Amino acid sequence: MRILLMGNPNVGKSVVFSRLTGTSVVVSNYPGTTVEFTKGTMKIGEKKADVIDVPGTYTLEPTTRAEEVAVEMLKEGDVVIDIVDATNLERNLYLTLQLLEKKVPVIVALNLSDEAKHKGITIDVKKLEKLLDVPVVPTVAITGEGLKKLVSRLPEAKAHAYRHTDEQRWEKVGKIVEDVQSVAHRHHTLAERLGDATVRPLTGIPIAIGIVTLMFLVIRFIGEGLIANVFDPAFGAYEPVAMRMSEALGSGGLLHNIVIGNLIDGGIDFTQSMGLLTTGIFVPFAMVLPYVFAFYLVLGFLEDSGYLPRLGVLVDSGMHRVGMHGLAVVPMLLGLGCNVPGALSSRILETQRQRFIALTLMGIAVPCMAQLAIIFGLVGPYGIGALAMVFATLFVVWVVIGLLLNKVLAGESPEMFTEIPPYRMPYWGATLKKLWMRIRHFLTTAIPFVLLGVLLVNVLYTLGIIDFMGDIASPVVVGLLGLPPAAAGALIIGFLRKDVAVGMLLPLGLSMQQLVVASVVLAMYFPCVATFAILFKEFGIKGTIKSTSIMIGMALLVGTLLRLVLGV
Amino acid sequence: MRKLLVELRAGESGIIAGVTGGFGLQRRLATLGIKINKKVRMITAQPFRGPVVVEVDGARVAIGMGIAWKVLVEVTK
Repeated sequence: MRILLMGNPNVGKSVVFSRLTGTSVVVSNYPGTTVEFTKGTMKIGEKKADVIDVPGTYTLEPTTRAEEVAVEMLKEGDVVIDIVDATNLERNLYLTLQLLEKKVPVIVALNLSDEAKHKGITIDVKKLEKLLDVPVVPTVAITGEGLKKLVSRLPEAKAHAYRHTDEQRWEKVGKIVEDVQSVAHRHHTLAERLGDATVRPLTGIPIAIGIVTLMFLVIRFIGEGLIANVFDPAFGAYEPVAMRMSEALGSGGLLHNIVIGNLIDGGIDFTQSMGLLTTGIFVPFAMVLPYVFAFYLVLGFLEDSGYLPRLGVLVDSGMHRVGMHGLAVVPMLLGLGCNVPGALSSRILETQRQRFIALTLMGIAVPCMAQLAIIFGLVGPYGIGALAMVFATLFVVWVVIGLLLNKVLAGESPEMFTEIPPYRMPYWGATLKKLWMRIRHFLTTAIPFVLLGVLLVNVLYTLGIIDFMGDIASPVVVGLLGLPPAAAGALIIGFLRKDVAVGMLLPLGLSMQQLVVASVVLAMYFPCVATFAILFKEFGIKGTIKSTSIMIGMALLVGTLLRLVLGV
Repeated sequence: MRKLLVELRAGESGIIAGVTGGFGLQRRLATLGIKINKKVRMITAQPFRGPVVVEVDGARVAIGMGIAWKVLVEVTK
């Protein structure tokens, strides 16, 4: 059996999902799209059922990609649990009525019924059930209240094949709401007043700056804490083991170089040795993963609390100048962790044009944690001034290319039109599940490519191909960018995975100015292979070529300009 | 007095009197409660042609300036 969870956005759908399903949750792409959905299983009596968390939608006449998928998925469900926000009955019932036109069995979960009570809203559930002629069960997903009853009444779900015009539907919704709901007068709650303060520019902008600053401080604290207390000790304990392997492999030769890499001063240097079992696992686990974890922990909390749409409102007019609207702040922020989830979340933008701008800007000027690891690894030792040069350059590039794309690309950017959910305390079960899925995403896309990158570096070096390519690329690398020919190898491997390049650039003894140029170029010229694959899926060959040419062209242009300015 | 939704000042309330623009837009606005005879209250209008945030049915909705131009409101207070 296949159970679909459907409903408007922000009604607690993922919380219900997380409560109903166990740990065996998978994220998949809907065939032929980049829209993801989560699927899990639950037991009903003896039988197993698939539960699918369908992307949130206000109507079955789709306006965004995610909504299109929701409509498609409806055809494959055996029963729909329609999750209705009790605090906003009218808007939610509109979707319910549309579902009742589709000949699929429906049961309604009247969620957030505690919040409705707080807001002075009383709903006559029995009457609602009678009027809709499907089971209605009040639930509070966060505490799990009512979910058992919901599941036990699943067999009562009932299909209808009503026919309504749009007008009739609204009329019917209006009548139902009038019949079943009474609202007591009440004053605005503290959460609402706080919510409003965070969208008013005068109070909202300082609060936003505070929140974003705090966010990065917390990420740094957690990331550094994990490295100092978990990963450094772990690799410290691993080092003698690796040394013994190195001896067993004869301390040299091709196999040794691939597995352990070069010994530096007779020992293993985890960032520079470049072996599969040294640098290949150290870079993803000990340099990038701690920050990816910390980042998505903090951001997941922000997402689920309801803050991000408010940030979207504050930056909307700025985002319009670069061809997007305020909600584009979500993919841009997510992209700072890893460009892959960032790119996937761009589906909340309505048009192809917006998504093209978002993904191109992300690829060029939003460094992911792997790229940040390079920037901090290479330039960090030279202090905050050098780091500021890199980030200021990337920011200026982001703005300038955004302005240009907005001018050059045909079409206009649609207006923001979105619900701003009330602040809610996130349900940790759902937030952690999301964190785990993102971490798994990172591990499965990053580690194979890092290992492949390290392997390739060794093989290509041994065969002399990197030196050969370095010669070919030297007009660009040496002539334009002012870097030594050996840096070409790092740029080539960077096509696969950026973080591998750190280990290749560090031993070259570059000057601070050269390192700034190298980090900016590395961050800009190409997304990693995994992001490239999404770009391809989303835009096809033509769009992908367009986007990557912009990235490579701009990287060379900016790299050359930077070199001239810095006098490399 | 009638005003466009963009002209409402923070704290002002009114009843939506009409939505100009195509059927598609009207339909889309209706899904978030922006439709005729609904009571709206302005929470904030962002500077530099940014969006407005209004309260409707106890919920908050952000509406881009270009759309807010197309909503007509009978001001009540």
